[in-house]
Amino acid sequence: MDIQGKAWKYGSDIDTDVIIPARYLNDSSLEHLAAHCLEDLDEEFVDKMDEGDLIVAEDNFGCGSSREHAPLAIKAAGVSCVIANSFARIFYRNSINIGLPIMECPEAVAGIDEGDEVEVDVETGTITNVTKDEEYQAEPFPEFMQELISTGGLISYVNKTV
Amino acid sequence: MGMTMVEKILADHAGKDKVKAGELVNAKLDLVLGNDITTPVAINEFEKINVDDVFDQDRIAIVPDHFVPNKDIDSAQQVKQLRDFANDKGITNFFELGEMGIEHCLLPEQGLVGPGDIVIGADSHTCTYGALGALATGVGSTDMAAAMATGEAWFKVPETIKFVYNGQLQDWVGGKDLILYTIGDIGVDGALYKSMEFTGEVIDDLSMAHRMTMSNMAIEAGGKCGLIEPDETTLDYVEGRAQRDYKVYKSDEDAEYDQVIEYNVSEIEPQVAYPHLPENTRGISEVEDIRIDQAVIGSCTNGRLEDLRLAAEVLEGQKKADHVRLIVFPGTQEIYKQAMKEGIVETLIDAGAAVSTPTCGPCLGGHMGILAEGERAIATTNRNFVGRMGHPESEVYLSNPAVAAASAIAGEIVSPKEVL
Repeated sequence: MDIQGKAWKYGSDIDTDVIIPARYLNDSSLEHLAAHCLEDLDEEFVDKMDEGDLIVAEDNFGCGSSREHAPLAIKAAGVSCVIANSFARIFYRNSINIGLPIMECPEAVAGIDEGDEVEVDVETGTITNVTKDEEYQAEPFPEFMQELISTGGLISYVNKTV
Repeated sequence: MGMTMVEKILADHAGKDKVKAGELVNAKLDLVLGNDITTPVAINEFEKINVDDVFDQDRIAIVPDHFVPNKDIDSAQQVKQLRDFANDKGITNFFELGEMGIEHCLLPEQGLVGPGDIVIGADSHTCTYGALGALATGVGSTDMAAAMATGEAWFKVPETIKFVYNGQLQDWVGGKDLILYTIGDIGVDGALYKSMEFTGEVIDDLSMAHRMTMSNMAIEAGGKCGLIEPDETTLDYVEGRAQRDYKVYKSDEDAEYDQVIEYNVSEIEPQVAYPHLPENTRGISEVEDIRIDQAVIGSCTNGRLEDLRLAAEVLEGQKKADHVRLIVFPGTQEIYKQAMKEGIVETLIDAGAAVSTPTCGPCLGGHMGILAEGERAIATTNRNFVGRMGHPESEVYLSNPAVAAASAIAGEIVSPKEVL
């Protein structure tokens, strides 16, 4: 998987209510979710980002509600990967299930500044900061999750077994 | 080395003698849950799976509760999709408006969850059923879809933090205060990926309603689940409700815990969580002058009969402040009916409350009580994130029902002692 783009940096405890507020959850179409991605955190996010850009955040990204609309909104907005110190449990699970690449890597979060050009190799967990010419190594996913990811998410995985 | 409750439940459901924290297992599910926000996405995913039928028509619960009564055309479409799917697949536990309730008040009341169950729900507050000794945890819509097809899900066996509550509860302190205090202590990611186990003499004496309030908010500390060992109180509650067999699991004496945290509750006063995180807690005596525009009493956290009784005890013979809107939403129709029989509804209405049909609406800023720019609410709900209850520039303070009721009377956040 080829991931490359500019980094947009945010802080800790970015909750799913600010990623996609409940007032937009009466419609789960991807265009609708994408249009309001991160609206209550950074109103300009959708306008200023380019397809392929990454979100880099601190601790507990995606905390709160189980709404899968949150990773769906991020993916549909064109974000190629989210890097954080840690992810909230349900957001982590949802991201893997729907095929949104996520990486836990405090070293990368510390090293990457907003606007840095970043490349990610999902299979090896290697994160390259092209702007600063630095490399960081994320923890690789456990084998089972790698299989889930490489199969194309949970539904494809289930379809292999039913 | 022994096992914790959560390890035992997972081992049994995965067909293993023993599991340990960190292991990934595939486990059989006793119940799969979804609501009107998460189930539409799950249905779309279910339709991509190569099966025609759900794994068990009696083990799926679909509860339209978030945007009902349908707040707009889009919400109506979503609920219609649920209704059509439930009819088409023969799902027996579809709860139509008028029979429904807030899912996490409704399912225990209906006996659809019991001790020892594994329940996944496409709603983060599914962890509520930990109060019954069930491993219950929130997931997303894709997990719900896969579970509806297979009746199974993968889990990472969590480590457990054991919380021990000893001492004597102060007046107007209950489950809500204990869990807010705990979240204030360990933080909103203090139990990330972990199982929380609530124990001690104080928990032994807590009613089921207070226990459910505590387990409900395990997710606000990042927890996977919040378990309480079943005892006589649990079995009394389950007796006569349980629709399936259940099994009591208890942690072994020599089970391995990630951490053991002890609290002396005698020092804990009613808690208030300031915006914009549930961890921003302080005792009621440390709350400055916080004028409120709205007081909200209800939700899956505090919408049970005991919660309404507490609110009515404070509001009896009193009036809300002129500038405050007081909204009360009981958790289920059964709770609503009982509150009417006990005269609670009349007390609340006489105090100036709008008493709503059961809905999650106001808690998540869906409908039935949205805040305007700059407005402030005290709420017995579970989250006070930016924009949670409406405008991104509005604020939510979390508390127990008695504090919310007292604050409605005073027009600012106060202890019940101030108005009685």
